[in-house]
Amino acid sequence: MTEDVTIGKRLKAKFPEAVIGGKSFRGELTININKDYIQRAAKFLCEDSESDFDYLSDLCGVDLSRLERSNNFEVVYHLYSIKLNHRVRLKVKIPASNPNIDTVTNIWKTADWHEREAYDMFGIIFNGHPNLQRILTPEGFEGHPLRKDYPLKGRQPETLKGIYREGKQ
Amino acid sequence: MTAATTEQVMTINMGPQHPSTHGVLRLLLELDGETVVKVTPDIGYLHRGIEKLAEHKTYHQFIPLTDRLDYLAPMSNNLGYALAVEKLLDIEVPKRAQYIRVIMCELTRISSHLLWLATHALDIGAMTVFFYCFRERETLNDLFEMVAGARMNLSYIRIGGVARDLPDGFIEKTRDFVNDFMGRLRDYETLLTKNKIWLMRTKGVGVISAEDAINYGLSGPCVRGSGVRWDVRKSEPYSSYDEMDFIVPVGENGDVYDRYLVRLEELRQSNEITRQAMDNLPDGEYIADIPDIVLPKKENLKQSMESLIHHFKVVTGGICPPAGEVYTCVEAPKGELGYYIVSDGTKHPYRIKIRPPSFVNLEAIEKMVVGRLLADVVAVIGSLDIVLGEIDR
Repeated sequence: MTEDVTIGKRLKAKFPEAVIGGKSFRGELTININKDYIQRAAKFLCEDSESDFDYLSDLCGVDLSRLERSNNFEVVYHLYSIKLNHRVRLKVKIPASNPNIDTVTNIWKTADWHEREAYDMFGIIFNGHPNLQRILTPEGFEGHPLRKDYPLKGRQPETLKGIYREGKQ
Repeated sequence: MTAATTEQVMTINMGPQHPSTHGVLRLLLELDGETVVKVTPDIGYLHRGIEKLAEHKTYHQFIPLTDRLDYLAPMSNNLGYALAVEKLLDIEVPKRAQYIRVIMCELTRISSHLLWLATHALDIGAMTVFFYCFRERETLNDLFEMVAGARMNLSYIRIGGVARDLPDGFIEKTRDFVNDFMGRLRDYETLLTKNKIWLMRTKGVGVISAEDAINYGLSGPCVRGSGVRWDVRKSEPYSSYDEMDFIVPVGENGDVYDRYLVRLEELRQSNEITRQAMDNLPDGEYIADIPDIVLPKKENLKQSMESLIHHFKVVTGGICPPAGEVYTCVEAPKGELGYYIVSDGTKHPYRIKIRPPSFVNLEAIEKMVVGRLLADVVAVIGSLDIVLGEIDR
């Protein structure tokens, strides 16, 4: 537990404006990061010998519109250190009206597909991503299905349904 | 690459219907002669929107959907999800249930690795192994049928424990399997481990260094093949794995052959864990007794009015965990399987993100095959052990 606290403290000492807040729930540490600092904070946590988060477990988007009644998205990073065997969760809030954030593919290559998925599902733009294209939904798909305002049964234009049914381009 | 050879580059499609892509994976290959210049995986053919569906289901209702992720290892998927919800609710699972979970998960790992071995060898041209592995899988499917009533989509693990106790005769049958299995494994090894064709097709193919493997986020046997000794069962033990005695095998060279050796040793270790869990299986309850969260025992439903009401309440009303978020991961046969659950305090999960190991492992394919021959692509796909149900979700 003491170790968890130092991670946040060290990050705060390095970038005082980067850390907005932190929380511990069920033994998991969450640090809220300022959007402008995500790349620098990630790089620091990856390279700093006391945190050494060499492994990005997961990266995903969350639509906060029904959770906090705010018009925000959140990008959530789950970091793990294979050497030191500890985890941390970074959360970055971005406005839903203009969802963009810096990529972390230059730090962890595994972020590539995770970021493409977050783009596909939420429409979050990752600045500097080498190949930001849809990954799970088919070509020509409209909308971002994991947004809360997207209906469960789907919402695709009639013209597109015809294409899929007949297999024509 | 010189300009003269670049003109020869040809783009071909491998998949989505191709026997060696293990499902509906499409690879866009750019080839110069037989050498791979670029590979672009195209996925999503099996996308069913499981994460979206989860937001419209109650916590208990989501369990059958987890079976359909990695459909070769339904128990591991069930377990990862159940552990995440249990952590969110902060409840304890009885010791017997934990041991039953270990037995089922290790049998699942054996079953999943057997299918990997069968198809991987078949892809490379060794057909005999395929028949042997499927013979053993048949026994395992019979065992799963005994406990869960189904052979494939088991949904046996529940929030708070397992669906029912082990049936009579299960332990004896499993013991027979465990005792036989070591000899069977030796048979497979005589067919492959020192087979000259097998060595030529797998040694030095699809090499990835330890640093790259970590940076690309590989997990499970794929990262251990590169010499990284990391197993979630050891580093963050769950479900009483800390009481089991087993070793984590690692490779050295990070090639297809080392990943093969790692998985074979894992089969042996899983077999041993199953034996230990059966030997030390404690008595007690198979599901926690927390009436407002956990479903009542099935056998009580026909006799006790209270159980029936309780069942009705939990099924219709759902359970409402406290608002918050958890991330839990388990060592699935393919690697680190994680569930990130955000709860808003209502009966529906606000968001569930699944971290599928195959999705991340497949990402590194470009690193492994560029500059190699087309035939090596088949060997590498086999050694990554991907399941498209989990990649596309």
